[in-house]
Amino acid sequence: MQNEELILQIKDLKGYYKGSFGTVYSVDGVTLNVNKGDIVAIAGESGCGKSTLAELITGTPKPLLHYQSGDILIDNFNIYKTPSDILRKDVKTKIVSYVPQASLDSLNPVLKIIDFISDVVKERTGEKVAKTELVKFAGDHFERVGLNRDVIQKYPHELSGGMKQRSVIAISTMWNPKLLIVDEPTSALDVSSQKKIIKMLYEMKRDGIIESILFVSHDVSSLSQICNKMIIMYAGHLQEYGNMDDMVKKPLHPYTNLLMNSIVSFDPNGKHKEKLESISGSPPSLKSPPNGCRFNPRCPKVKDICLEKEPPLFEINDENRFVKCWLYGEGN
Amino acid sequence: MSLFEIKNLSKTYSSGIISRVNTNAVKNVSFELKEGQLIALVGESGSGKSTIAKMLLKLEKPSSGEIVLNGQSIFDYDAKDYYKQVQVIFQDPYSSINYFYKIDRVLEQALKLRNAELTTDEKEKLIKEALSKVGIDADEILGRYPHQLSGGQLQRFLIARILLIKPKIVIADEITSMIDASSRAGILNLLLDLRDNEGLTVVFITHDIGQAQYIADDIIVLKEGDLVESGKVNDVLTNPQHQYTKELLSCVPSLYTKWDLEN
Repeated sequence: MQNEELILQIKDLKGYYKGSFGTVYSVDGVTLNVNKGDIVAIAGESGCGKSTLAELITGTPKPLLHYQSGDILIDNFNIYKTPSDILRKDVKTKIVSYVPQASLDSLNPVLKIIDFISDVVKERTGEKVAKTELVKFAGDHFERVGLNRDVIQKYPHELSGGMKQRSVIAISTMWNPKLLIVDEPTSALDVSSQKKIIKMLYEMKRDGIIESILFVSHDVSSLSQICNKMIIMYAGHLQEYGNMDDMVKKPLHPYTNLLMNSIVSFDPNGKHKEKLESISGSPPSLKSPPNGCRFNPRCPKVKDICLEKEPPLFEINDENRFVKCWLYGEGN
Repeated sequence: MSLFEIKNLSKTYSSGIISRVNTNAVKNVSFELKEGQLIALVGESGSGKSTIAKMLLKLEKPSSGEIVLNGQSIFDYDAKDYYKQVQVIFQDPYSSINYFYKIDRVLEQALKLRNAELTTDEKEKLIKEALSKVGIDADEILGRYPHQLSGGQLQRFLIARILLIKPKIVIADEITSMIDASSRAGILNLLLDLRDNEGLTVVFITHDIGQAQYIADDIIVLKEGDLVESGKVNDVLTNPQHQYTKELLSCVPSLYTKWDLEN
């Protein structure tokens, strides 16, 4: 499945949380191709597998989350078949980098940013780099991504939340990864800081520091500012995938449709008269997901087949869209 | 006549033992509320929105200025009398409820705030009515503990509690921020219903301009304790006058327009 145009290929990926609580089928058969240069939004309600999917793609899921089966190719590196030292030193630096949720708190509070970077460099390259060289390398990089080079001489507590988040993103992109995965980088920040982060990601891509982005967020209004593609996750399944604007304007999957109609978003042109509606019910427990389509208990368009058989991901050819719903194939 | 008047309200927090550091959390803020009005207080973190909420709830004493309810300073009211008229819904429903008790107790205590003597049957009927108005099945949740409910359910439950107390004013402080985006609209609609059907006056505190636009009639924009702009929601949000409001709005992501990220 080598393909020069794709940065990321995922085939039937399964990853479950396992522990004394049982098995949670969090990512259960996701197939996805991402073109080089794409900025892909991963959206959906809480607990639907967005972050789990992101974590699985990095190749080193945290304890309790287990990779089950399926293939992930990032720039033609098969992540789960790559030896761990190569994964750590070569792949997770130059090929892919991951900024987890709440990572702004992952800076070491007793180290200056530059000393933290020194640890990261030592860990990733296995080499000890002279301090002066490191200060220049890191300072240059911070400037390239639009930050002040003095930031590296500060302690985390001297920085605002937004600046910490931007520093973490800067550190994660020091080796110009081809694919950057960011998980909720803007949540818990004020709107002005959110915009700075989105602008930073945009400029990093424009300036060739990174090539493609996977952007996990529940905030579709923010996602729509920068992403050209969107994935909607629901209950561990990828439900719909296509061009961002098309999916916002013309959602095909009943879940995407309800989700888009529930979003309270600011319109600079004035107040909307129509009332928005919540999606009734809540996502299923992924310890015992429903049979068939996982959205069937909440779906307004549910049919008999939805209860029995899980729909495949139908390709809607002329629209470059993929929808996992029986409304779009076989018998319709 | 105004129901609620906030006149020249200021709050200064002091800290430090040797050298005192003063933080002016709220600076000389005045506004009025009429019956049935739904007003949004918006601002970024540190703008003083929550400090104002605390003062309106008598949880903090203002450094200067007055808060007047029905012509009488709120600090002259007896606590029980005051909380019969002014109620609150907080951001985190789990920390608003004592989690050692079943949630039924919250509603029973709410009924005690009413003066009427009620029989057990009447109480049960009122509770069921209130719960069905917020879209909760009473049989499904009564007898449970707070941790057994989702955040959205619990927030709806707390709105049912408001229905039982029937206050004049509700202060809603970031009530949707812990709730999934897909359930927010429902909570906001409930608050709108309370205003439309029960004539409630609502102070809606939020950092989310989209929600303020969706729900409010009037809006107050705060910045570092200063009231920078106020007026009708549609006027302020489509044609902001103050430089800060303009900057703030330019940072709010919208599904309907796109930023020019090149500039």
